[in-house]
Amino acid sequence: MAESMVRLQRACKAFPLPEGGTVTALDAIDLEVARNEFLTLLGPSGCGKTTLLHAISGFVELDDGRIFVDGEDVSDRPPHRRPVNTVFQNYALFPHMTVGQNVGYALDIARTPRTERSGRVGAALEMVGLAGLENRLPRQLSGGQQQRVALARAIIARPKLLLLDEPLSALDRKLRQSMQIELKTLQAELGISFIFVTHDQEEALTMSNRVAVLDGGSIQQIDTPRAVYNNPANAFVASFVGASNLFQGMLQSGRVMTAQGDVISTDAAAAGSARVTALLRPEQFTIANGGGNGAAAKLDIGIRQIVFTGAGYEVHGRTMNGHDVVAAIAAAQQAQVASAEISRKATLLYDPAAVHIIAGGGDRS
Amino acid sequence: MSGFSRRSRARAQLALLLGPVSLFLAIFLAGPLIIMLIYSFLAPGLYGGVEWEFYPHNFGRILGFADPEFEIFDPVYIAIFLRSLRIALTTVLITLLVCYPAAFQISRLSDRWKSFALFLITLPFFASLIVRLFIWILILKKTGFINVALSELGLIDTPLELIYTEGAVVLGMVYIFIPFMFLPVYASVEKLDWTLVRASQDLGANGFQTFRRVILPLTLPGVIAGSIIVFIPALGNFVVPAVLGGAKSLMLGNLIEQQFLAARNWPFGAALAMLVMTIVLALLFIYIRYEARRGDDAPVIR
Ligand SMILES: Nc1ncnc2c1ncn2[C@@H]1O[C@H](COP(=O)(O)OP(=O)(O)OP(=O)(O)O)[C@@H](O)[C@H]1O
Ligand SMILES: [Mg+2]
Repeated sequence: MAESMVRLQRACKAFPLPEGGTVTALDAIDLEVARNEFLTLLGPSGCGKTTLLHAISGFVELDDGRIFVDGEDVSDRPPHRRPVNTVFQNYALFPHMTVGQNVGYALDIARTPRTERSGRVGAALEMVGLAGLENRLPRQLSGGQQQRVALARAIIARPKLLLLDEPLSALDRKLRQSMQIELKTLQAELGISFIFVTHDQEEALTMSNRVAVLDGGSIQQIDTPRAVYNNPANAFVASFVGASNLFQGMLQSGRVMTAQGDVISTDAAAAGSARVTALLRPEQFTIANGGGNGAAAKLDIGIRQIVFTGAGYEVHGRTMNGHDVVAAIAAAQQAQVASAEISRKATLLYDPAAVHIIAGGGDRS
Repeated sequence: MSGFSRRSRARAQLALLLGPVSLFLAIFLAGPLIIMLIYSFLAPGLYGGVEWEFYPHNFGRILGFADPEFEIFDPVYIAIFLRSLRIALTTVLITLLVCYPAAFQISRLSDRWKSFALFLITLPFFASLIVRLFIWILILKKTGFINVALSELGLIDTPLELIYTEGAVVLGMVYIFIPFMFLPVYASVEKLDWTLVRASQDLGANGFQTFRRVILPLTLPGVIAGSIIVFIPALGNFVVPAVLGGAKSLMLGNLIEQQFLAARNWPFGAALAMLVMTIVLALLFIYIRYEARRGDDAPVIR
């Protein structure tokens, strides 16, 4: 098999706490990133995303485990001797240097000849759409422009791997979306591997070749965005990635029965009975005309709130047994939504074949 | 016009706010300074006082065009001048070498230890300068602490010449001026953003390159401010050389004091003082120009 660009072997890191004890930031992480892959690390605050990046760039020394970049063991190298560059969360542009000096920094350090340097600085700025701003100072730029300078600075030395720690989090929504597309294009053009950190799951799903979902210092699932969304490995992934309705219960002859009495129909079969979690995405529901006519795969809910989202409606309700349910209903069902709003109740239909069954009772395993 | 009246009102407010201090400075700073400037170009009277005639030779005595009638050019003044410069610069250099690394250490302490360290550094301000200097006499003199300790240990037979040397003056100066250097240096070190250091390393710079290209330029304003704050009073200082320097380590401050109080040659003392003032003002002027330029483009201030 082709050698991967980055490989982490059982990477472990625990930080001591001031009041004694330790906090585990990386719990025996195994990770491989292929050449030219866009991998996103997704996870809640404090799950170890930044620590993982810092371990690769060399700012965090691992307690245990090894790191290989392009087949070479870099575990014991200081940061400045690793073929990896970073786009920092707050950009970390050198405030006393112009845009040109910032971007050319890595070349100056490497003593690149003057003519080559200016050519490459120009090309890098061109690439991020900032040609002609060489002589500005960082504080004379907008947030989005600063972000691009940070990007140009990080790619100019042609690293084998680019690490991006929530580079878009400070931007407004519109700029953020256009930068997402630009980043993706840039990555395809440069042909280098990106490891991108975000805690915005939408961003993760739209940008990546693969998504690694982290929690508590370990990888919960690493797969394509589609697989992570449609086939979450466990209840944590299911609830963290996208909106979800989770029903924990016993799977028995095509039905998941929760302890409260809700029943979810499914095509999944189980030998005997097993503890499972059934996942229903909000967009899997439709509202039945009338009373549902004895359909097997349905949920009767009382309406709590209906929110117009532009593309459709978000129906928040609760089953008779007190389980909260959220359903995304297409605008085509406007009439049904309207009558549900008046009667304060609705019957939700779903396809039993599309119900995703997660083994285990919903505890993270 | 309303714009005009608002502007003139703002001007009136400014005048009101700055008025008292301007008046104070005019009377107590500019006044004496002008008197000194005039005196420095007058001839000394025979028994003190001045003769009202233009007489450039006060400066000549220092710089080499003495009044040929009754003084010969004496290089001793230039020597004292150079010694003062040397002592002041050495003081700046040593205090900087002590304070710069210390500022980095202290800026990384936890908040509690940090404020304790800062308290320790400002502690000397609470004791009288003279008392603190006299303690150094007890330590340095022939029968002082160091000499006694060394001879008790059998390391020396005859006491070392520690006090009344240029070294003793530098020691006293460093001792006095360390807080003045530390505070501005610390202020700029404390503000340093360490993710910039990380960014530099990430881009391939080793420790030395990172220091030269990122850490030093970003903390330079504090270093320059501290150096000026120490250099100016060190150059004209007369207490330290008076207490620890003795006759051989005379500095400009002592020379000026002698001219006014002992020799009663006011014009010559005034000329010496004007020379010191010129250097100080030139330095301040350069510094202010530097600060103003930095104000436009350097982000370190805030
Ligand atoms: N230098 C440190 N000293 C002590 N604990 C640390 C240190 N750095 C990180 N931690 C702890 O390690 C865990 C992981 O931190 P990390 O910064 O990797 O989280 P993160 O996933 O990047 O979170 P966020 O999304 O908030 O940036 C956290 O519990 C954090 O408190
Ligand atoms: Mg982080």
